[in-house]
Amino acid sequence: MNTPIIPRRKLLGGLAAGAGLALTGCDRLNESDGFRSILRGAESLNKASQRLITDRAALAREFPESAMSPIFRMNGTISPASDEYQQHQREGFANWRLKIDGLVSKPMELSLAQLMAMPAREQITRHDCVEGWSAIGKWRGPPLGLLLKAAGLSTRARYLVFHCADFFDGDPYYESIDLIDAFHPQTILAWGMNGGMLPVGHGAPVRLRVERQLGYKHAKYVMRIEATDSLSGIGRGKGGYWEDEIDYEWYAGI
Amino acid sequence: MTGSPETDRDQRDEEATQMLERTGDVKRHHLSTRIWHWFNASALLILLMSGLMIFNAHPRLYWGEYGSYDDPAWLEIASDGERGNTRIGPLNYDTTGVFGIAKDGEGVVRQRAFPSWATIPSTYDLASARRWHFFFAWLLALPLLLFMFRALFNGHVKNDLHIRRQEWAPKAIWRDFKNHIRPKPRHVEDATRYNILQKFSYIAVIFILLPVIILTGLTMSPGIDAAWPWLLDIFGGRQSARSIHFIIAFLLVTFFLVHIVMVLLSGPISQIRAMITGWYRLPADTMVAHSEQEDDQ
Repeated sequence: MNTPIIPRRKLLGGLAAGAGLALTGCDRLNESDGFRSILRGAESLNKASQRLITDRAALAREFPESAMSPIFRMNGTISPASDEYQQHQREGFANWRLKIDGLVSKPMELSLAQLMAMPAREQITRHDCVEGWSAIGKWRGPPLGLLLKAAGLSTRARYLVFHCADFFDGDPYYESIDLIDAFHPQTILAWGMNGGMLPVGHGAPVRLRVERQLGYKHAKYVMRIEATDSLSGIGRGKGGYWEDEIDYEWYAGI
Repeated sequence: MTGSPETDRDQRDEEATQMLERTGDVKRHHLSTRIWHWFNASALLILLMSGLMIFNAHPRLYWGEYGSYDDPAWLEIASDGERGNTRIGPLNYDTTGVFGIAKDGEGVVRQRAFPSWATIPSTYDLASARRWHFFFAWLLALPLLLFMFRALFNGHVKNDLHIRRQEWAPKAIWRDFKNHIRPKPRHVEDATRYNILQKFSYIAVIFILLPVIILTGLTMSPGIDAAWPWLLDIFGGRQSARSIHFIIAFLLVTFFLVHIVMVLLSGPISQIRAMITGWYRLPADTMVAHSEQEDDQ
């Protein structure tokens, strides 16, 4: 009736071999389209459940000045290389214009001075990089919703696409958000940071702040905002440079 | 459901004794416990390994709301290209070959906090690791919730995990400990009841460590923070939550190692069989009656 105990060495050897096989198996699964589409299912679930428990207007936490990071890390592109951008930079962005077009009734071109003359929101918020680090900084700029109303956003529009001046491996950086985030009170086009003008390293002249999502959604060096009903014709269709390139989630609330 | 926990327990002991006399088997694990055990074991392993890959994207830990390369980290795994170094507070350890710098499966030296054999995917791939992690997080969290409810109502908590007053006595703890490190159970009760050490670890894992690792995981989500800002207050900020998440992962690995050692020491085949079929086969010489005197023989 006694069950023989299997030799420990044999068991451990078996476990190690099993672990090795499992790991190779995981790498294979990771490259299988079918399995990845199953894994991707969690993104819709995360978005749906977060939207379910979050009021549309629920604010990301805002901090006092004393809670700000002493040094706010510069990340991604810190100096766009294109001639066009460098010329804007030399001219202090005096001839830079932000285009708003696509599904709007009144396409617009706004200068930095015009953006700065608009009602602005100032917020001290936490910036969370997908890599895991966080920094707290102060941002200032007009709410995106104000600009979209001024441009006469069409009822057909579902997404806002931010086309940027920086390139990665020859491809332009871009990002996109939906209308819930576009009209969120903390979603601003920041021209100011930590009490001064937005530095080049952080995306001058304006960067998107879309609090409640990870850093890669906060497009820097924004040149053009395009309203669209579909992301499929833009870039490689996944709604953002990193989404296209390495399959980051389009919904970056987690 | 019958009356008091004591009656339930006595009845179960009696049933176990009858079954033992007939077949040599005792019923040990509920079906829900068994399904959950294996499901959870797989989900936790995948979460651990994909989590280590995510950690590799920023192998530093902080306390407070913010933390980045310019801020002081309490834990850091780094490499200078030659040696791997793991620093915990002021203590530095040379971890070349394991943490910081190690060979991958093809023998290529990689500068990574955790080596390729410990991560999913085995290469540096933050996007994929996040997809694995957030998919299997659902598979951990939802069944855990179901299990916790089921355990509360099917008597698992009341009958098996509830620590009774007499068990708290130092003498009883010592006796449980001696019985626990013994390779084979001597009494039916040793095989059908959790002793106080097992109760402590299972309560800690199921009702403390797992819920806290899920909540600290949620605290790292900027979307969840907007919905439930109280999470930031409980854990002292996003970077503290990230540190706690990592520490609990470490504690769960420790629990797993102790758990495996105990299974190996106490007859792995019959233990694994019990966790699959629910039935535990007692050694032939197991004593049915339990008394203090026999313990001292």
